[in-house]
Amino acid sequence: MAEFKRPKNKSEYEKNFAQEYPLMNDTEAHYESSRCLFCYDAPCINACPTGIDIPLFIKQINTTNVIGAAKTIYESNYFGAACGKVCPTEVLCEGACVYNHQDVKPIDIGRLQNYASQKAIESNAKLFKAGKSNRRKVAVIGAGPAGIAAACELRTLGYKVDVFEAKAHPSGLTIYGVAPYKITNEEVLDEMAYLEKQLGFNVHYKKAIKSKKQLAQLEKDYHAVFLGIGLGETRKLKIAGEDLEGCHGAVEFIEKLRMKQHKVKAGDKVIVLGGGNTAMDAASETARLGASEVVLAYRRSKEAKGAYSFEYDLAKQVGVKGLFNVTPVRLMSKKGKVAGVKFIRTESKKGKLVEVKGSEFVVDCDMVIKATGQSKRVEFLKMIDGLEVDSKGRIIANDAFQTTNPKYFAAGDSVNGGAEVVNAVAEAKIAAQGIHKYLFPNA
Amino acid sequence: MADLSVNFGGIKAPNPFWLASAPPTNSGYQVMKAFDAGWGGAVWKTLGVPVVNVSSRYGGVNYKDKRLIGLNNIELITDRPLKDNLREIEEVKKRFPNHAVIASLMVETKEQWEQIVRDSENAGADGIELNFGCPHGMCERGMGSAVGQEPKVLETITRWVTDVAKVPVIVKLTPNISDITVPAQAAVSGNADAISLINTIQSIVGVDIDNFVPYPIVDGKSTNGGYCGPAVKPIALNMLKNCAQHANVNIPISGIGGIETWRDAVEFILLGAGSVQVCTAVMHYGFGIIREMLYGLDEYMDSKGFETIDSMIGKALPNVLNWEELNLNYKVVASIEDEKCIGCQLCYTACEDGAHQAIALPIAENGERVPTIIEENCVGCNLCSLVCPVEECITMERRDDESKKQITWQERTKKGTIPNTFNDQRGGGVGHYIPSPADALKKNEKYKIKRGKN
Ligand SMILES: Cc1cc2nc3c(=O)[nH]c(=O)nc-3n(C[C@H](O)[C@H](O)[C@H](O)COP(=O)(O)OP(=O)(O)OC[C@H]3O[C@@H](n4cnc5c(N)ncnc54)[C@H](O)[C@@H]3O)c2cc1C
Ligand SMILES: Cc1cc2nc3c(=O)[nH]c(=O)nc-3n(C[C@H](O)[C@H](O)[C@H](O)COP(=O)(O)O)c2cc1C
Ligand code: SF4
Ligand code: SF4
Ligand code: SF4
Repeated sequence: MAEFKRPKNKSEYEKNFAQEYPLMNDTEAHYESSRCLFCYDAPCINACPTGIDIPLFIKQINTTNVIGAAKTIYESNYFGAACGKVCPTEVLCEGACVYNHQDVKPIDIGRLQNYASQKAIESNAKLFKAGKSNRRKVAVIGAGPAGIAAACELRTLGYKVDVFEAKAHPSGLTIYGVAPYKITNEEVLDEMAYLEKQLGFNVHYKKAIKSKKQLAQLEKDYHAVFLGIGLGETRKLKIAGEDLEGCHGAVEFIEKLRMKQHKVKAGDKVIVLGGGNTAMDAASETARLGASEVVLAYRRSKEAKGAYSFEYDLAKQVGVKGLFNVTPVRLMSKKGKVAGVKFIRTESKKGKLVEVKGSEFVVDCDMVIKATGQSKRVEFLKMIDGLEVDSKGRIIANDAFQTTNPKYFAAGDSVNGGAEVVNAVAEAKIAAQGIHKYLFPNA
Repeated sequence: MADLSVNFGGIKAPNPFWLASAPPTNSGYQVMKAFDAGWGGAVWKTLGVPVVNVSSRYGGVNYKDKRLIGLNNIELITDRPLKDNLREIEEVKKRFPNHAVIASLMVETKEQWEQIVRDSENAGADGIELNFGCPHGMCERGMGSAVGQEPKVLETITRWVTDVAKVPVIVKLTPNISDITVPAQAAVSGNADAISLINTIQSIVGVDIDNFVPYPIVDGKSTNGGYCGPAVKPIALNMLKNCAQHANVNIPISGIGGIETWRDAVEFILLGAGSVQVCTAVMHYGFGIIREMLYGLDEYMDSKGFETIDSMIGKALPNVLNWEELNLNYKVVASIEDEKCIGCQLCYTACEDGAHQAIALPIAENGERVPTIIEENCVGCNLCSLVCPVEECITMERRDDESKKQITWQERTKKGTIPNTFNDQRGGGVGHYIPSPADALKKNEKYKIKRGKN
């Protein structure tokens, strides 16, 4: 496909991974905000999981009250800047914009949101205030969108908050998982630093909570514990050749890409297994790393794929080819390395997916990426007394996001099974308010 | 192809589009360029004793992404010597003998007026326009709108000029007055051949809220200016209509104020203008906008079968009545075309809060967003159709019995059937649905201010 040459340095990397939704300039923001109709009971608000007052912040941008716009955004969503860039707006706010019914381009809500939030971050605008201390402490496990949003909200309510994070950076998959052409590392970290500085929660990095003993200590030292642990590693396929050199899990590969950037090499011929958004991302990403051929292989039909169609379009635009109704049988090897994938064709019979006998074939490649879903952190969760998970390994929680162990609250991917940043942020805010209600029932 | 040429009170031009006396007619260079681009005439930047101007000079009014829907200026008349202007007028007339060049004048004494009129005629001007309109700078010195606001003075000066002038004389009126027909009649009494209106409206266009100074800012200070541009068109149209309908103002009128497109021009002509003058649109877009105006006017005239401009002038005037002559029996109600509606619900909130609570929201549960008109409550005010962002989505439909004879306020007054006491049961709103005040609090409107919780 050769649309992209292998990036040899940071600037070539940034070119290949150019931002899909670049920051608006003042003129563009002014013109775009002028188009908003200021709808009554605006459907865009209802479509936003965090319920941002979108017509209000757009009108504020239009009247040059950009910091006021940022305040409106952050009041509902602590990841204002990040969400503006990484949210699948096509199926959320922008998908609900009334202009769609007129076949007119919907308002570019995400980019306007990012514009206002970015201005607040750049100017270090004081938008938040920690609440008056209520002498209660909450431990937050995981500094992903859920953990950070919970920490922010808890701080405004007056709690002392300690966040324990296994990795070196905050924001979870926002920095370790989201495609680099959606948001840069710097942008993610700037927003995290902005929040941390104003709200004053403590994040303890490289501090994974791993043992029952550690958990017992947290339960002793804190009045409540919030779990924002997300999901685990890429699930095993359980087929021969899975452990060969050259076969990667998608989340692990993407994390490496986000951290090492141009220093990461993709294969020349890449096969991505999976049909979800992560598969689309991994395919686009390897193409941008200079692979000469990228094939997306999915066991169901094109129509049945889980990915949003705009994500598939994005992958197709960079030359990715789709191979549908095939399932991998085993990986082929050559000198201990991946050399191809043996597939068998599938078809749908009476709503059931069945393999077509004798239809095996091999596609050569030198890299395989498994985008076949993330596992749940069930082993970890088993260490918490009385905490129940459902049959799919999702933490069971009530409307206030309180788990079956009343001291523990949880939100984000570990509860919803894997959604978007915005869902984790929205749920975590409710969970923090739930903690407040739990510790101060009469407040 | 219609004949666009005009003979305006004796001044001939290839088309009715003239440049108003303003910065675009400051020099021979500009006027030549304009004629070359297609303009039919030009009223030269007002001549007199050259002034000294300040910088900066303009303030703008923007609406959302639309720049300059209004413009204000604190400029005065020409700052160039008279002889330079006269020489350039001569040169333009030589090159464009069939185009209209009109000298706009503003001086103080009778002698000065007589002198400058003769000089202008000698330079080849096809007409004279008396600037009695400038609302800033000149009026403080007893000129401009100071004259336009004093009908007696206006008449006297007009007569000074008409007594000596051999070419047609136009009097340009200021809108900064309560009844425009009074100075218009004074111009007629002074033997003017035509009037033109409007000049700019006294204004302050905005305030620099960081430094507490209105715009435009001259070394930290400001002053009131004259307002023009698209925003002033409605005021100009009304004043034009008032003059055009007045029995004693029976001279041609050149329409000015916010004209930017062929449509604007047609509207002015239909309300009685014999030519139109343009300033802000040229200051914004340059002389090139004339091509849109000319093509549009030509196509409109062809489509309506008008062969000459004359045959169009004042066509809308018979349909402008006094309020008390309107038919009180006529009734329209709003109607929403479901297929076109995009569900913004602006009509709902406009009618609910700004009109008559005549629009209902659909049940939200099923995702439906198209509102419905409650016909019994609708007074036919049009508001919803004006706020609707979709063309032709809300239309006003006739509901009265068309066979019924019309009845006007005038007729009802004669019959003695008009309400005349405070609680008269014949008031128009009697029996009309009005929710009880306390019902408002049950509404739980979506836009309530949420702040202040932290
Ligand atoms: C490849 C990929 C692409 C994506 N792209 C998008 C996108 O474009 N837009 C979008 O909105 N969403 C996207 N998502 C989804 C989004 O990233 C997640 O929904 C969101 O990050 C979930 O937030 P979370 O806080 O629940 O979990 P995570 O983001 O997973 O954060 C969990 C954090 O907890 C830490 N942690 C876990 N266990 C422990 C422990 N025991 N001790 C200490 N720390 C611990 C982890 O290190 C991690 O930092 C994508 C996801 C993936 C996998
Ligand atoms: C439909 C309508 C009716 C009005 N009725 C009145 C009135 O009864 N009394 C009054 O003093 N002004 C009345 N006004 C004028 C307004 O109070 C106000 O001065 C004018 O609209 C300018 O303000 P705006 O540009 O914000 O509309 C009315 C305006 C409108 C649009
Ligand atoms: S739906 Fe679209 S037009 Fe309406 S308020 Fe939202 S962004 Fe603005
Ligand atoms: S015409 Fe006026 S009263 Fe009737 S529905 Fe529309 S806004 Fe309401
Ligand atoms: S204003 Fe027009 S488009 Fe909007 S809801 Fe009303 S009828 Fe529909």
